Amino acid sequence: MPPLDWGALAPTLAVAASGLGLLAADMLTPRERRERLAWIPLLGFGAAAALSAGLWGSEARPVAGMLVVDSAACFFYGLFAVIGILTVLLSVPYIRREGIQFAEYYVLLTFAVLGMMVMAAAADLLMLFLGLETLSVALYVLAGFLRQRVTSNESGLKYLLLGAFASSFLLYGVAFLYGATASTNLDAIRAALTARAAPGPFPAVGVGLILVGLGFKVAAVPFHMWAPDVYEGAPTSVTAFMIAGTKAAAFAAFLRVVPVAGVSLEGAWPDVLWILAALTMGVGNVAAIAQRNLKRMLAYSGIAHAGYLLVALVAGNPLGTAGLLFYLVAYTFMTVGAFAVLIALGRRGEENLTLDAWAGMGTRRPLFALSMAIFMFSLAGLPPTAGFMAKFYVFSAAVEAGYIGLAILGVLCSVISVFFYLRVVVVMYMQEPGAEPVAGLLSPATALATLLGVAGTLYLGLFPSDAWEVAVRSVQGLAGAGG
Amino acid sequence: MVPLNAYLLVGAFLFITGVVGVATRRNALVIFMSVELMLNAVNLTFVAFARFLGSLDGQVVVFFVMTVAAAEVAVGLAIIVALFRNRETVNVDEVNLLRG
Repeated sequence: MPPLDWGALAPTLAVAASGLGLLAADMLTPRERRERLAWIPLLGFGAAAALSAGLWGSEARPVAGMLVVDSAACFFYGLFAVIGILTVLLSVPYIRREGIQFAEYYVLLTFAVLGMMVMAAAADLLMLFLGLETLSVALYVLAGFLRQRVTSNESGLKYLLLGAFASSFLLYGVAFLYGATASTNLDAIRAALTARAAPGPFPAVGVGLILVGLGFKVAAVPFHMWAPDVYEGAPTSVTAFMIAGTKAAAFAAFLRVVPVAGVSLEGAWPDVLWILAALTMGVGNVAAIAQRNLKRMLAYSGIAHAGYLLVALVAGNPLGTAGLLFYLVAYTFMTVGAFAVLIALGRRGEENLTLDAWAGMGTRRPLFALSMAIFMFSLAGLPPTAGFMAKFYVFSAAVEAGYIGLAILGVLCSVISVFFYLRVVVVMYMQEPGAEPVAGLLSPATALATLLGVAGTLYLGLFPSDAWEVAVRSVQGLAGAGG
Repeated sequence: MVPLNAYLLVGAFLFITGVVGVATRRNALVIFMSVELMLNAVNLTFVAFARFLGSLDGQVVVFFVMTVAAAEVAVGLAIIVALFRNRETVNVDEVNLLRG
């Protein structure tokens, strides 16, 4: 039994410890002081971010080679910590308003982040599966957390049934890769397959099934049917977490599987991804046009953005992989920021999330409306925002790899998306406000989350070079990234 | 001795039965059982491969899968009970407030 590498495990352990600490602290805290428990996950995520920044640049394989903590994993650790912190900030006022103020909420959130971290550092398909399930089981509960509300029940049920369905596809794929190579370790599988003249049918079937499983998780078309319903019905703070976090974690897992997939499917792999990317961008953007409910519109926008991220995977070059990382950071800030505004201007029961309720927000809540406008510009990919730079990196990677058609398709889809993103801005600024009074939940935590979102979106848009440099150096050690 | 392919075929048959069950049945509990059938089909495949490859890894994976499936069942049944309390139905066609 090799000794445990505590240093490399430290970020993961910090998050796990804060989750367990929360459970213990919950029992010792009187009901009226529960709200203060939100500090524990904040501290845990902060510690994880600091520890992973310290590990960045080194590489370790703790737990008998089941995990690989390299620069890419540390990058994702940091990103997940940011997503976690932003989500806690959103959640504090939201769960108070909706009356679901239980410490379990934060415990589940913390363990979901833990699952994401395991996924991002998985060196073994078993760890990938366990991380995915830790994330998913926590999210099934969180999606159904408003248990008095039927929409939340429905969201939890749909996510559970389709999530478990997708997980079994993924696992069946792992079984076939294991059958072909007698190992579940990604490096060992790749080595075994490269040594052969022809990979044979099992690896191809296995990778295909894993692709279906991960495709469900990132809501890639045609595996996206669950996403709008689940995202709309779940508590808004949870939706923000799911849409940014699950996507980041699933793409982190994609990056780990890509080297094996390339060997197993040979030339067919980029073609399959090409089709997925094109469908996902197209369907996500076109379907978003018809949405009147902002939460549902952001759900379809999430599908569309998964399409852009798949373009980065199609490119498959170091530029594309770094672009993927940069895109995920930019997407986190803009989409979580947009959800922060939805929470800040929403009302209990959130019946006012339709476009009409937002008429005249520009004069009634000028600062939040301005933030929302910035997020919409960024989601549409207009300069000088993070969304523009992210799309620029991803599409130029696709062009460099020779996928000019796909890059053009992506740009066309972005043009379509400008319509429905800017419609929100038009409604906020150009339409007369309705008669009903605007609900205001101006809690400092939501305002802080919105501010962080705006700061991140503008910083990455105006000064992208530092973050880009970090992204480029993070993917250098990644097998199959070509760099 | 029974050949490997026989086990794999049974596994594939069970898996496909589960997929068809998820796609066609409307009762949330039956859909959930179909998903469990899929997971057990995977377990059978793992065990068969492990036996024929002479490697223990596949057998160990099965323990993890069983544990995870148990956790999923606990959460899943809780969600279904919560839904039943509000709607008095577990038919997924009647649970369709979210559309658009």
